[in-house]
Amino acid sequence: MKTIEVKKPSGYTTQIGPAHPALKEPVMFTLDIEGERIKKADFAPGMAHRGIEWMGMRRNCIQVMYLAERICGICGITHSISFVRAVEQIAQIQVPNRAHYIRSIVGELERIHSHLLWAGVAAHELGFDSAFYMAWRVRENVMDLLEYLTGNRVHYAMIQIGGVRRDIVPDQFPRIEESMKFFEEAYGKLAAVFLDDTTVQMRCRDCGVLTYDEARELCPVGPTARASGIKKDVRVDHPYAAYADIEIEYQTPDLLTGEVRGDVYDRIVTRLLEVRQSIGIVRQLLAQMPDGPLLAIPKPAVLLAKLKGAAGEAVGRHEAPRGEVMHYVRLEAGKDEPVAWKVKASSYSNYMAWIPMMEGEQIADIPIIAASIDPCISCTDRVALLKDGDRRILTKDDLHRLSVEKTRRIQASPAR
Amino acid sequence: MNIAPILLAIGGAAAMSVFGILAGLWVAGLDRVVAARMQARIGPPVRQPFIDIAKLLTKQNIVPSNAIPWLFNGAPLVALAASITLLLYIPMASFGFLPVLGAYGDLVLILYLLAIPALAMVVGGLSSGSPYATIGAQREMVTMIAYELPLATTIIAFAWKLVQAGSPAPFALSSLAATPIWSLVGPLGAVGVFLLLATMLLVVPGELGRIPFDAPEAETEIAGGLIVEYSGRNLALFTLSFAVKTVVVVSLLVALFFPWNLSRWIAFSSPLTAGAADAAFFIVKALLVLFFSVSLVRVSVARFRINQVVDIYWKALGALALLGLLLVIADARIQ
Repeated sequence: MKTIEVKKPSGYTTQIGPAHPALKEPVMFTLDIEGERIKKADFAPGMAHRGIEWMGMRRNCIQVMYLAERICGICGITHSISFVRAVEQIAQIQVPNRAHYIRSIVGELERIHSHLLWAGVAAHELGFDSAFYMAWRVRENVMDLLEYLTGNRVHYAMIQIGGVRRDIVPDQFPRIEESMKFFEEAYGKLAAVFLDDTTVQMRCRDCGVLTYDEARELCPVGPTARASGIKKDVRVDHPYAAYADIEIEYQTPDLLTGEVRGDVYDRIVTRLLEVRQSIGIVRQLLAQMPDGPLLAIPKPAVLLAKLKGAAGEAVGRHEAPRGEVMHYVRLEAGKDEPVAWKVKASSYSNYMAWIPMMEGEQIADIPIIAASIDPCISCTDRVALLKDGDRRILTKDDLHRLSVEKTRRIQASPAR
Repeated sequence: MNIAPILLAIGGAAAMSVFGILAGLWVAGLDRVVAARMQARIGPPVRQPFIDIAKLLTKQNIVPSNAIPWLFNGAPLVALAASITLLLYIPMASFGFLPVLGAYGDLVLILYLLAIPALAMVVGGLSSGSPYATIGAQREMVTMIAYELPLATTIIAFAWKLVQAGSPAPFALSSLAATPIWSLVGPLGAVGVFLLLATMLLVVPGELGRIPFDAPEAETEIAGGLIVEYSGRNLALFTLSFAVKTVVVVSLLVALFFPWNLSRWIAFSSPLTAGAADAAFFIVKALLVLFFSVSLVRVSVARFRINQVVDIYWKALGALALLGLLLVIADARIQ
């Protein structure tokens, strides 16, 4: 009797990206797929390296601050706050209290705008364009408010080393309160569309799960971590600016739904809760805003002279809409420019969470899972090795070897 | 040999092709405007699909290097030809005459013909050599299998009722046009027919590949899926085929569920005004069907995964259609 050999359906490998409608910025996913199911996922960032740190190390600190704001188009204030916090620590500049409050207010408005933008993108990835238009229509209000307060819809240019550049005066408070009322109403509508809609639940519940334990291992930040139940927020853990003066809590999805599942739905819940939280924070800040000067050192020339004399290193952190952003800065006396500037965007910490989220899910879930950590890919890319048209990937061993070599070089150099 | 009927058929076919394409593009434009208004946008002008087609026809027609050219180029032609053929079988009841080829086919033939444009897209997708198109082709086949169950159940319910009512040709559209289904059933049966109508309204977006059943094309997932590699003339042909198919499917629904004419109730002075009034009434009915089954559905939900598409068509809508069928049968037993 002849046996018929049945070939098992074999999987295939496919790529999503670097250019793909699901991705708003270039990153490449390599996926082992069987039918519609993802067996194994991998990704390769590094397609949008812009050399911003290199540019920064050739400019004086005030110029770098504006450059830092341009790392991200969505969370610009995040990077300038982180950078100036590092520089202020090195130069030991005492920021006036009122400036702290204004920084926090603009930061929270930016969070509202970023989360609404994300909600729209997520809805579009789900093929739910009505919700996308709705979220972005609501977002227009915060953009208008930001323009009213700072003069710009993006890249607000509010921050200065040692304070802020523009005041928020009591005459402007009613306009802010008007917007906060608008967002309170909008929150109800958005929650109804994003949380109660059956099709959104069908697509997002138990999809792209990042369990608490996986999250502990991979150390994501911001809403990605909080949606998995990890209580982690720079504003609460290490209060800066005006956050120490106000009531603020970790926003985990169980506050609304009573449970933490760590899926895409929970990440939507977390971000919506944070919109509501930001409304409360802005109100608290406006109510408590102290009087006082805006800048520690009003004259830029004096400030630059002081920075030229400063030496040392420091880390500045800020809870961006996507999670913790960290800037490392080192200044040397006699030099205008920072000798070292290292930026860690929040998405850098969140990338690795993609892999456990994607494995076992379907092709249809890739866009929403990729979007669910709210990746800021161009902000994160730091290194691209290209030589004669070849791309090289540095492994952990390569990086270790390079670090050892550099340490030896530094130790051997007599100048230090 | 009498040549007149053949000439009439050829002339009618040509006229219907032009009508189908124009009406399809117009309806596509209307759908875009209506959807835009529901999303609080202004939307494109109604003539936008015409502009798109004119532009596509001037664009380069790219055939990927790893495609099978004759299949790749043939698929859009087959899709458009099948869509137009379908149009010749659908009674635009209001025009006072039967479909051009109405005497040569019935609902069963229409069911098979309906599958051809989709199959042509599957063939075109598989022959284009793109992984996204391959995924899209697999999904399209699964979607077809999925919506076939509620669709066939509905058609069977109609045919069963017509047989029971003593119709000599239960699958012929002319019988349906002559005796609207609602007039044959009692209250219980009317509930059943209503369930069948609800089912069919949700089969239409699957048949036409619209949200939430657009997994085969899913722009954000597989970048357009089946038609990802198509450009220029070939894409224009597929777009025309969608447009004609929209007219066909919507008209089919009108023929099944709302075959009445205005001239039935109102006495018009001349047959010309009666025809015009019926035509206008038909357009209103078709637009209403389109609004409820395509525009309204696609703005109010998110896209389903392919396994959810199958679940919905087989479990939810399959059960709904079967319930409708059972109610129609039970109604007949009571009577």
